Amino acid sequence: MTTMSDDTFDKGKARIDPVSGVPTTGHEWDGIEELNTPLPRWWVWTFWLTVIWGVGYTIAYPAWPTAGGGTQGLFAWNSRTQVASEVADLQTTRGPVLDKIKAAPLDMIESDPQLLAAARMVGKVAFATNCASCHGAGGQGARGYANLNDDDWIWGGKLADIRQTIEHGVRWDADKATHASAMPAFGRDGVLTPEQISIVADHVRTYAETPDSDAPTPEGEKLYAENCAACHGVEGKGNPEMGAPALYDQVWLYGSDKPSVVARIVNGGGAVMPAWKDRLDDTTIKALAVYVHSLGGGQ
Amino acid sequence: MSSADAQHQLLDEPFVEAAHKVYNKKVDGQFRRIKWGIQFATLAIYYFLPFVRWHRGPDAPSQAVLVDFPHRRFYFFFIEIWPQEVYYVTGLLILAALILFLMNAVAGRIWCGYMCPQTVWTDFYMTAERWIEGDARDRMKLDEGPWTAGKIRKKLAKHFVWILIAWWTGGAWVLYFGDAPTLVYDLATFQPGVGQAYLWIGILTFTTYVFAGVMREKLCLHACPWPRIQAALTDEYALNVTYRRDRGEPRMSLKQATAARAANLPSGDCVDCGQCVAVCPTGVDIRKGAQLGCIQCGLCIDACDGVMEKIHRPTRLIAYDTEMNLKRRACGEEPIYKTFRVRTVFYAALILAIGGFMSITLATRGDMYMNVLHDRNPLTVRLKDGGARNGYTIRFANKKPETRRFVIDASGLAGAQTEVVGVAPDSKGKVVIEVGPDQTREARVLLSTRGAASSKGQAPVLFTATDAETGASVVVKDVFIWP
Ligand code: SF4
Ligand code: SF4
Repeated sequence: MTTMSDDTFDKGKARIDPVSGVPTTGHEWDGIEELNTPLPRWWVWTFWLTVIWGVGYTIAYPAWPTAGGGTQGLFAWNSRTQVASEVADLQTTRGPVLDKIKAAPLDMIESDPQLLAAARMVGKVAFATNCASCHGAGGQGARGYANLNDDDWIWGGKLADIRQTIEHGVRWDADKATHASAMPAFGRDGVLTPEQISIVADHVRTYAETPDSDAPTPEGEKLYAENCAACHGVEGKGNPEMGAPALYDQVWLYGSDKPSVVARIVNGGGAVMPAWKDRLDDTTIKALAVYVHSLGGGQ
Repeated sequence: MSSADAQHQLLDEPFVEAAHKVYNKKVDGQFRRIKWGIQFATLAIYYFLPFVRWHRGPDAPSQAVLVDFPHRRFYFFFIEIWPQEVYYVTGLLILAALILFLMNAVAGRIWCGYMCPQTVWTDFYMTAERWIEGDARDRMKLDEGPWTAGKIRKKLAKHFVWILIAWWTGGAWVLYFGDAPTLVYDLATFQPGVGQAYLWIGILTFTTYVFAGVMREKLCLHACPWPRIQAALTDEYALNVTYRRDRGEPRMSLKQATAARAANLPSGDCVDCGQCVAVCPTGVDIRKGAQLGCIQCGLCIDACDGVMEKIHRPTRLIAYDTEMNLKRRACGEEPIYKTFRVRTVFYAALILAIGGFMSITLATRGDMYMNVLHDRNPLTVRLKDGGARNGYTIRFANKKPETRRFVIDASGLAGAQTEVVGVAPDSKGKVVIEVGPDQTREARVLLSTRGAASSKGQAPVLFTATDAETGASVVVKDVFIWP
């Protein structure tokens, strides 16, 4: 401001700028003058309209915090009641179909195209919310998490089996009806020696004719018959009653390479799945069973 | 001119011309009559088309033109478009763009001057305004004068008529989305369930009123992109409303011109009467040459022709002419008109090709439809015996008004087994799916090959749906993938 000369600085006395023909505000800094270009009128109008609108809005809708929780607005509208009413609307449109699913016997749902489509739709959403985190978005599973698209069903793949598994879970201690049996830890509990485990693992792998498996040995056969056949059946046919997977096939939940098989025999145990009957209603569980069944056709 | 002078001159002219109200005068003539004709036709189509009936049988609506959102159908006379066929709509949009390009290549912005809804409604509004407030001079006087009772009455009447037109415009719009007579009844009697229609009528009433009543040519000048785009698409052979300055200049009064002619001095035909500017709906002075504001409506031609007739000079001092001819006349050459140029022929050929292709596909499209979607997740599944399984979601559509049975078959994969979830094969081992009249049905199809390591990589599969009665079929190709 030091170079401001007194003769040009004349606050309040605006003059017309000769170049642009626009009045100045009378402000000048270092020889640079400020032109007086007011905001366009439509802009100012719009601004004031928004202000008025804004005030009206806070009166019409819940806005101001008060000691009692806030103003309610003229229409007593709030997003919570809106959500509630939308959910209620949804129930009325979906209600009839859901009631039909609820009433229909499980086997009948699939043979009615409309019910099947509805059940698959409901089931798909429930699956994405509750099951996809373990079984994958398309039910494709992962190591230790069953693939629901194939034809290998440890606890049975019929509609009723699937429903039972969803309702009560697997090794879910809080549910008495859960699938409880588990594989013993042959290694950790000292039932078999490491050497025996290696032999029986080799033997088991011959059932499935894994690419690098050798021919069966009498010793392996004997060990298998004594320790494994009771659950996994002769020649590894499996037993869905006990959740003992078939060993003769190509689907291996925990991998078919030797270290994986040895690890299973050493540690035993088994995967856990929650029982869903306390969290999902009966209709949803039915829809889920139909959906999962339709993924791989079940058995 | 020094650069400082040039700069000064630039500064003298405002960067943006201040907005001013256009009081355009009434005019009569050839182009005005063409404009009336087109305006009458387009408005009549718009307002009354929803009431045209078209019988389609008991299960389909009898409205000739209907956008049926709830049932996802679009009806246009004998054409019925399903959601799977929206590409016809895309095709129509492409056609519309090409037709616009062609119009532009032949005769500049005539779309703007004659057919653009903005022009048509603005003209409609101006007619109402002229009817209530009088012609340009009266309106100008009225606006300048004090607020008398008469002025207030006129203004109120004008805005009332405007809003009425706008309301009718918005009302006609919603009739395209529902059965028109029923909707009119429901709207008039405040039936429940038409709230959304009221909302749309409100929105469109408001926009029509603002666009055609308040903004008018401002919209063309400042909001519409087409003038800018067309300026890039045009060339010197395109017909444009042109002031033939070779004939008009130097302009002078009729008296001066007669004197000049007698003295063998140069004189133009333009008598500087300003009629061309007075009638222009966008306030353009066409004698300054081609400009952004001109919508090629030709009204100035009509005005100038009227003047020329009165002073007994040849008409068409202003005419649809080309930039090229202005230059040629200036050099004393004959004008040339080239409607057939690479540009126009190219656009016309494209329009014919796309239009022809669309007509053929429309005429030959089937009354059944199949859409196959391969599972993304998982792409493939290994089965117990080492075989593989792929899942597909297949949607069938039956466009006939009766229930039909489709036999589903997958071929191209030796030994593969086809299962449709929820559908048991019939006694002959065929999978048959029933689809209701005018409906679609989704089915989940599982394809499995048996036996270890049956193959590797992927192989094509053909899905076929055959009408059990007529034998008509559709085939869709997809792939089978091994783990
Ligand atoms: S200059 Fe002529 S053609 Fe262009 S908008 Fe005005 S009246 Fe219409
Ligand atoms: S109407 Fe014709 S004569 Fe009159 S000013 Fe315009 S161009 Fe000139």
